Parts: sequence; structure tokens; C-alpha cells
Amino acid sequence: MEKELWKGNEAIAEAAIRAGCDCFFGYPITPQSEVPEYMSAHLPKAGGVFVQSESEVAAINMVYGAAGSGKRAMTSSSSPGVSLKQEGITYLAGAEVPAVIINCMRGGPGLGTIQPSQGDYFQATRGGGNGDYRTLVLAPSNVQETVDFVQEAFDIADQYRNPVMVVCDGLIGQMMEPIEWHPVPKRKLPPKDWATSGKYGRDHTNVINSLYMAPEDCDQHNVHLDEKYAEIAKNETRWEEVDCDGAEIIITAYGTPARIALTALETLRSAGLKVGLFRPITLWPFPEKALHDLAGNPHVKAFLDVEMSSSGQMLDDVRLSVEGQKPISYLGHAGGVMPTVEEMVQSAKKALKEVK
Amino acid sequence: MAIVYQKSAGLTDKEMHYCPGCNHGIIHKLVAESLVELGLLDGAIGVCPVGCSVFAYNYFNCDMQEAAHGRAPAVATGIKRTHPTQAVFTYQGDGDLASIGAAEIVHAAMRGEKFTTIFINNAIYGMTGGQMAPTTLIGQRATTCQSGRTVEQAGMPIRVAEMLSTLDGCVYAERVCVTDIANINKAKRAIKKAFEKQMNREGFTFVEILSTCPTNWGMTPLKAVDWLKENMIPYYPLGVIKDTGAEVK
Repeated sequence: MEKELWKGNEAIAEAAIRAGCDCFFGYPITPQSEVPEYMSAHLPKAGGVFVQSESEVAAINMVYGAAGSGKRAMTSSSSPGVSLKQEGITYLAGAEVPAVIINCMRGGPGLGTIQPSQGDYFQATRGGGNGDYRTLVLAPSNVQETVDFVQEAFDIADQYRNPVMVVCDGLIGQMMEPIEWHPVPKRKLPPKDWATSGKYGRDHTNVINSLYMAPEDCDQHNVHLDEKYAEIAKNETRWEEVDCDGAEIIITAYGTPARIALTALETLRSAGLKVGLFRPITLWPFPEKALHDLAGNPHVKAFLDVEMSSSGQMLDDVRLSVEGQKPISYLGHAGGVMPTVEEMVQSAKKALKEVK
Repeated sequence: MAIVYQKSAGLTDKEMHYCPGCNHGIIHKLVAESLVELGLLDGAIGVCPVGCSVFAYNYFNCDMQEAAHGRAPAVATGIKRTHPTQAVFTYQGDGDLASIGAAEIVHAAMRGEKFTTIFINNAIYGMTGGQMAPTTLIGQRATTCQSGRTVEQAGMPIRVAEMLSTLDGCVYAERVCVTDIANINKAKRAIKKAFEKQMNREGFTFVEILSTCPTNWGMTPLKAVDWLKENMIPYYPLGVIKDTGAEVK
């Protein structure tokens, strides 16, 4: 198939249009502004709706309205803007409204920096909004995966009636890479018979809502959501293992650092070290069992978690999965500074030396 | 036997939870009747707020979405833009619309979103137990201004209909009340006109309805009607604030 050169953010927008996105609501913020820019020019031509909202708060609520009434809706932003969307995301989750949310992560906290970062792992996987809920979080590590995941995200959202986040970082958003527009498998999806698309003779009204005044009802709603989350965890957990067979040290990383780690792996192997990469692709559900089992292998001596985060966020999930079976070191930078190949090589050597 | 009056087909059989003397019931009826009489009910999609009318989705016999506090105009924007031929409305109180949702209502009006907002102004937070609203009058007591609202502490109350009228996207704004039969009839005419103009795709349409809250005002329902007439109407004058007709297309 023919390869095309695409900038990450524009590819995200084009992928959404190809996935049948009916409407996009967004607000400018660096480093993701090419998404609304591309959408404003191309989505209406494809028959869709584009609105530049007054705020990220409004954008996510426009998504709630459009998606609740049965349309495929998306919004995108970057870290401080995604913070503003958290209220809307918990309402989407609570009312079981499917939607796609892109976070092109930049450094924080606060206004932070416009450079790439992975400081929103907790926000994405723990839920930045109130209540017990989960969003499925896909973490691509290059532009090709990003366009594939964005397209699939709409189907995943519709299948489970749940918000799906695609988290990349400013590097993926701003980088140009050759990609292929290969067909993404379409899922068999249930009809949206719950949508508030107008009653038109239906014998009942449809209501999009997350309010349960009786405590027992709210508890039962949470039980229902938990069952759905368990189903998602069973069906949708994804990860990649590179050279983990026989490896003594395993680097855990997602997104851009996982990509940098591939080069570190080559350097370390040529230096005679047995090294592998464990890359979570879904951050929630986290590939907990796979990592736990890998840690249980006698040949695995240590882990090195690498993130674009000051003291580690995914590190918590790595620890929860490894469950103390093997020591875990950490390498990370925040604020747009990226972990280098050389740092990874030195950190991996050091971690291995400490256990030998 | 002839039926001379019956409940609107635009309302469900669900028993309403509103306090005695509250005007929400009357206003629900007027909105429902308007949708039915204009033939819009079947395709109508409403958005209810956080506040006393949070359960409005149980009462209107059309598809409804419950919005986060203040966000109804954004939710309605998402609905109307993707369902442009259907009647869409928000039903919001003063805390929801004039305080936490001030940005959303202003920008929906600015964009000339083609939906209708029914704004219930009772000068107080009802659901949360009588706190000061942006529309609470000077001197009026509330649980967060127990000696009465002062200008120094909270500024002057906001006149939302007048404010939105300054925006070109807002093509129709009228303030009404439902204190008596004549005013109820006027209120219904305003609501119907707003929906008609919405369906003509003229722009954003807004009906502000002064409403009583006997419970949180600490009055009997009849006393509350008198208080509304004596105190609210002088500050929030009734009538058409803006009607640009076909000027905005």
C-alpha cells in the first residue's frame, strides 16, 4: 500500500473523518491545534459538523449532547485543556455516552510547557473526574498507530457505550511520519436505540442521565458499570513485548519513550545485555497479568520503567503488576525533556548490576 | 360528556416533585402544550439543568438529556447542530444559567444557536436550599446573605434577557411571569413564538420567566405571588426585550 507523509495532529483529524466522525467540538491549545484546524476545513466537506467552542468545558459538553443524541462525536485537547474536560468525561462515563477524546499531552503541572510529556497518566487512567468510572485509554507510540487507534476508538466507544481516550504526546502530534491508510477492522455494533434522537412514535422517551437519587439505585448503576469495565478489561487489554524471551532486564515504557527504548535495546544487546521491552498499549485496562507473569520468569532479574514524567506515574501500575517479585528502577524527565537512549542504556546497566 | 381540559400530551404521567406554589409545574405545562400545538413534540429534544428542575426529564414526554450544572447550552449546541430540523430546548434556572453556566449561555447566544432557552428566574437557589443567586434582589435574604444581599458584597443582580439581547445572535428575548391567567397566556405566546422562530432558523431564542419559590422565600404561595409582583417585576420588567424578526438569518 502507498505510504503518505502526515503530521500527527492532522492525521488524527483525518482518521476520525474516515472513521465516520459526525461532529467535532474543540478549543485551540498548543500542541494540538492542528486537530481543530484540520477539522474546521475538512469535516464540513465530509458532511459533518465543526464548532469551535468557547472553552474545553463547552466542547466536551457539546460532545455529550451530540453523542447522547446518537452521533459519532470527538474532541481533542492538550493537558490543561483535558483537565477542563474532566467534568464532562465523568458525565459521559456516568450516562454511558460513547465519545472519543484525544489528549496530545504537554508538560505540567499548571500551565507547564508546550513540550511533550506524559504527566497525565494518572488523570487518564484514574479518572480526573468524580466518581467510580473508567475510560479506555489507548497509547500509540507513532503516527501510524495513532491513526489506527483513532479509527478503532469510535467502534470501541460505541461497542461499550463508554468514552475512549487516545493519549499521545506533543511529539507524536507535531511529528510528520509516513503512514498507510489501511482498512481498520469494523466491529459489529449494537444499534443506538438509547439515543435522544427524537421520540418519533417510540413508546417511551429516551433519557441521557447519570442521576440516581436512591442510594441503592446509584449503587446498582455502579455495579453495572463495574461489570462493563470487567468486560472491557477482558476483551480489550493490549500490550507489546519486544525480545522479552530470556531477557534479564525489562524496560517498561509507553508512547514516545517506548519508541526511544527500541534504539536503547539495540545498543544494550550489542553490549551483550539480555534486554526486553514491555509496552502497554492500553493504559486502562493495564496489561497487569501479562506483566505479572513476565516478572515471575526466573530469567527476569529487574525492571526499568521509563516515562516522560518526573517521578513516574505508570510506575504505580508497573509496581502493582510486578507485586514485588523483582526490583524496579525508574528513569524519567518532565517538562518536555525526553529520556535519551544513552540514559536508558546507563540506567538499564545500573539496574542489572544492582541485582547481580 | 365533552372533555374541556386535559393534561398535555407533552407531559408524562409522572407525579411532579415540586413544592406547593412553585411555578415550575405551570411552566412545564406551557412548554409541553407549545410543543404539541406546533407539532414539534415528536422530534423534540430537551436539556434539563442541575437545580430544582433537574428531574424535568421525567416530566416532558420527549427525549431529554440531563446536563452538568450550567452546561445545558453547550449540550443543546451539540444536539441542535447534529439534528438541525428538530426542536431543541434548554430549561434552566438562575443559578444554572446566570452563574455557573454564564459562559455557555452567552456563547450559545453569540453563535446564534438555533435552540430555545426557557430561563426560570426565581431569584434564589432552590434545590440546594435557598442560597443567594446572581438574580437575588438587593435586600433579599438568602442562606448565604442572611441579612439580605448588598451591593458591596455581591454587586447588583444580573438582568439576563437584557444582557443576551446585546448579542446579534439572539433574535428573540422576552420576559414573562405566570402569576395569573393573563400572564400565563402571555408566557405561552412567548414560548410558542420562541419555538416558531427557532424552527424558522432565525437564531437564538430566549424566554425568561419570573417564578416564585415559596419554600426558600419563606412565604405562602399567595404571598410569594405578591412578593414577585412587588419586588421582582420592578427590577426585571416584563415584556419583549428583543425581537429582530427576520433581520438575522
